[in-house]
Amino acid sequence: MANAQQTEHVGLARVLGPAHVWALGVGIVLVGEYMGWNFAVGKGGAYAALMACWFAGILYTCVAMIDSEVTSTVAAAGGQYTQAKHIVGPLMAFNVGLYLVFAYTMLEAANAITVGFLVDTVATMTGHEGGLDQRPFIILAIMFLAWLNYRGVLATLTFNLVITAIAFTAVIILFLATSGIFTTSPLQHKDLMSGPAALPYGWLGVLAAMHFGLWYYLGIEGTTQAAEEVRSPARSLPFGTLAGVMTLAIAATLTWYVSSGLMPWEYLGQAGVPLFDAARLSGSTFLMVLLGIGTLFATLASANGCINDASRAWFAMGRDRYLPGWFGAVHPRYRTPYRAIIFLVPIALIFALGAPIDQVITFSILSGLLEYTFMPLNIILFRKKWPLESIKRGYEHPFHPLPAYVLLGLCGITFFAVFLGYGTQLVAMIAFYIVVSLWFHFWRYRFVNRGAQFTMPWPKPRGY
Amino acid sequence: MDLWDFLEYAAWAASALFGLFIVIDWIKTDSTYSEEFLTSSREGELEALTEEQHHRG
Repeated sequence: MANAQQTEHVGLARVLGPAHVWALGVGIVLVGEYMGWNFAVGKGGAYAALMACWFAGILYTCVAMIDSEVTSTVAAAGGQYTQAKHIVGPLMAFNVGLYLVFAYTMLEAANAITVGFLVDTVATMTGHEGGLDQRPFIILAIMFLAWLNYRGVLATLTFNLVITAIAFTAVIILFLATSGIFTTSPLQHKDLMSGPAALPYGWLGVLAAMHFGLWYYLGIEGTTQAAEEVRSPARSLPFGTLAGVMTLAIAATLTWYVSSGLMPWEYLGQAGVPLFDAARLSGSTFLMVLLGIGTLFATLASANGCINDASRAWFAMGRDRYLPGWFGAVHPRYRTPYRAIIFLVPIALIFALGAPIDQVITFSILSGLLEYTFMPLNIILFRKKWPLESIKRGYEHPFHPLPAYVLLGLCGITFFAVFLGYGTQLVAMIAFYIVVSLWFHFWRYRFVNRGAQFTMPWPKPRGY
Repeated sequence: MDLWDFLEYAAWAASALFGLFIVIDWIKTDSTYSEEFLTSSREGELEALTEEQHHRG
């Protein structure tokens, strides 16, 4: 503490390595393999979910490549918000900052709801009668993880690393145990996916499945929020992010393979915890316990990463006075954005205790989708204003501008898919962002710390 | 009353404890340090800070 005072300023601590970046990205997302992705099966059948898995995989590979290049040069908390501030402009940055906070806080709330549901399921399975009050477990999940985040980023993401690794290993073990490599396989793809079950709603079902196809990967872009806390951002961020997307592509395909081989699409499309159900259907008590623990750990890892990311985005906006400067405080001892962490706790609690989970998830997906739509614009402007020879990048993504255009096209398709199922929410969300943009433009922008917000030692942009 | 009923109470109590820790530490921190010091973090300043601390040994 005395050291911190001697320097007369305090900042976030650079203590993380590439493994923590991987744990942050994969930790947020892996819960999507344990639950949520299977609603894509309900939209269009098992084949449609597999196609959605791969199309979403392409979308997120583009996201990861673009993000890795930009963030390896913009090493600051706030991630895409800070990128937008430097490359596009203040209004875009304000919107992107809000997309981030909404996407992560809603996802945190959805995870907490799931923790309550899981505890209730275990209680019922062990013979508890009369139902369980889920609220204390939902609140405990949020309060414990907020406390952990408050106490320091190293412990927070080391915790994430351990529980994410266990949850990922559980998926691999389930695949190995059911694939027929060691014993007779219980999987029945041929019977479950032939005839009308192949594509029950035709190609429109494939399109509709894209909505929940995002769930396989949603949140991997959160790795960039660690930019100000990793020891070597130019190396760790691209490494952690790209390794994360590869991990998720493997986990997503294995999850689909095992689940679609054990359950008919009509059931799988509505299951609450499909991987846990798959483990139960395998007939092995060991697998059932392992996947039960995996489900809980994946849920906690996701909520934990979401608190980390939402608070960094909120903190960065406060530090630049896009929001009240009070939020830009750093704890002198724990070196965390403690006021941003505290502020977001009641918001997560309100949504976790008062909103239905599908609405919460949809708001999270929509905010994420708006953020991905910004990315192609961001990278095209970045390459135009600062060509490769003008700034040294930690990573240069290949085939530019192809990934940007592919990402833009896939985002357009996914917006249409979301519109098919949740048109009202989509319109309401866009209306909300238009209103807050007007508020920012006509009122809040006068308080922004304009002189201090461009911090990267870059040359003047080309054409200016 | 079975184990799950006790766990419900334990979850309420643990939640309150975590919340209490955060709030007490928040009040203590805000009253110990000046606002300028707490909000002194600047984007892109960490490298400079690390260098400065390194030189002070």
